[in-house]
Amino acid sequence: MHELGIVIHVMKTIEDIAPENHITKVGSATLEVGEVSGIVTNEFVDAWNYFRKKKPLFEDAELNIIKMQAITYCTACKKTYPTVEYGRTCPYCKSGETYLVTGNECTIRDVTAQTEDEKEDDPGMPSGAEQESRT
Amino acid sequence: MMKVIELHASATASNDLDAAALREELKDRGILLINLMSSPGSGKTTLLSRLIRDFQGKLRIAVLEADIASKVDAETIASLGAVSQQVHTDGMCHMDAGMTEEGLRHMDLDGIDVVFLENVGNLICPAEFDTGAHKNLMLLSIPEGDDKPLKYPLMFQKSDALALTKTDALPYFPFDIEKATERAKHLNPDVSIFPVSAKTGDGMRDLEDWILESLRELRHA
Repeated sequence: MHELGIVIHVMKTIEDIAPENHITKVGSATLEVGEVSGIVTNEFVDAWNYFRKKKPLFEDAELNIIKMQAITYCTACKKTYPTVEYGRTCPYCKSGETYLVTGNECTIRDVTAQTEDEKEDDPGMPSGAEQESRT
Repeated sequence: MMKVIELHASATASNDLDAAALREELKDRGILLINLMSSPGSGKTTLLSRLIRDFQGKLRIAVLEADIASKVDAETIASLGAVSQQVHTDGMCHMDAGMTEEGLRHMDLDGIDVVFLENVGNLICPAEFDTGAHKNLMLLSIPEGDDKPLKYPLMFQKSDALALTKTDALPYFPFDIEKATERAKHLNPDVSIFPVSAKTGDGMRDLEDWILESLRELRHA
């Protein structure tokens, strides 16, 4: 159920940068999600589709998820290996002195958005009227 | 026109900003916020009840109770004379900084030294959201088993202190304190570990000293 909370924060992060980037509609958001981040992709997409209908900025926004491979580093033999396959024990030297390098992240990589150019050629039109004229 | 905007921001970036602001605001007021995380039934409310009794006359404590439903924990805390507030998370399995800030806004914190946020009982999600707390205190109870650091590593990594609760039940469960300590320290070498029994009072003094030291640290930083 934490997918719900993460989706809310992803949307809020995008909403926060929307005014400075003159975003009027989000077309898609691309997220990098680590293999061992604990995020269930299907639930994440369900939560996204639920919330996007509640927010005009996101109503047509698609969600793209790029799965990031989990990699663990072994401090004993200084090698890296795929985490999902071998877990915490290094497959080369069998040491447990290992730590996760990547695979736990959930990052917003980019957003494709419809933006509104600053209307320098039309200074007289108030922004509210501008909004209405587009709908 | 359509535009691609590169962000490379953490998915919880907006929460991280809210959390940092809340942490700073509470620091300015000299109030220490401790986030309690654990699975359901590990003894969070019992530990808090003990702390409230032990700190009577020494520290002014308030508790923000987060649950999906009911207000039984808030009532238990209020019956001990501490300021308490119940928040319902509307189905959400964790608290975030915005929800914590909203809950605190409904509490009278004048003169309060320490606020405990009793997070939703869950070993996974609460560890993923910064609540704005100055310290994270995790509870792992003896009946849960010493293998939990292996299964739920993130919470152990995010905690400043770990209370191994219900040590009075040690004779009845195959819980190895040394193993649990080693596993937790492997994930987080800086974590302070306190085996405690809120029922008998064993080990409580060390945990209470850690709380007092955290408060001193906050006020003199």
